[in-house]
Amino acid sequence: MNEVVPNVADVQTFLKFGESPLGLEAYLIVAAILFCFGLAACAARRNAIGILIGIELILNAANLNFLAFWRFHGSVSEGINAYDGPMFTMFIIVLAACEAAVALAIVINLFYTHGTVETDTVSEMRN
Amino acid sequence: MDIEALDITPYVGPWLNTTISFWCVTLIVITSAAVAAFSRHIVSAAYSLFFTLVGMAGYYILLGADFIAIAQIVIYVGGILVLLMFGVLLTNRSLEQLYEEHAGPYVVAGLAAAVFFFVVLARIIFSSSWGGREIVEVEPITTGLGEAVVSTYFLPFQIAGFTLLLCLVGAAFMVRRREP
Repeated sequence: MNEVVPNVADVQTFLKFGESPLGLEAYLIVAAILFCFGLAACAARRNAIGILIGIELILNAANLNFLAFWRFHGSVSEGINAYDGPMFTMFIIVLAACEAAVALAIVINLFYTHGTVETDTVSEMRN
Repeated sequence: MDIEALDITPYVGPWLNTTISFWCVTLIVITSAAVAAFSRHIVSAAYSLFFTLVGMAGYYILLGADFIAIAQIVIYVGGILVLLMFGVLLTNRSLEQLYEEHAGPYVVAGLAAAVFFFVVLARIIFSSSWGGREIVEVEPITTGLGEAVVSTYFLPFQIAGFTLLLCLVGAAFMVRRREP
């Protein structure tokens, strides 16, 4: 019986898996989708905690962009700048923690004083 | 049957594993981010944010940033998400308040802004020639990150730590029980 063995190089060329099929663009598009979801949530939500969730989505999109650019362009910067991407991501995570703590303190104070966290009922400073 | 005949790695290359992982993580992240952004129930939004954040840690692992992935799970999932849950818990008097009614014009404005930004960003992303190439060799980054923290980024690191201290003390001060 004659066994048919496919040529490895032919199959790789056909499936285009010989080199990385995932470019920088894949990560950037995912980050753009996350950013747009966060933007829509910030604009459309009335609950203050929902707005905070949208801000977290935007910050995560920024983190993903930093790490993707670091991964695909990191060979350009050697030496003391070799870890720029992860360092910026760490700073963003720390500042997100600060922001979440302060924003929740503000939200809880709003609930003490107004009895609700709906942003369009808390509007004394409008006009 | 020869078990080695089932190994498809010589035919499709080692990148197939990365590709499958990427699309699984993308499915999780995009779906749960959509729920987190648009769900009317604030508790389901907070819960699906959990899956988004864990999926982001998966992206960081795929990009070779292992320490950042662990930090993401510890700080975001263990810290910020728990804070959000407590915020939901402390700011609702009734179950009806958990459902928010969308204000019509703001929903239209938000969706329009999101679609506009996505079209602009996609055009920019696909029309630019980014150059660069992926670094194939993946190695743990914790050592290099630690050296960068105490040498190049010493002052920003201290400032970030002091900012975190000030923010947490200030937040605790703001929500203290006041005498009426």
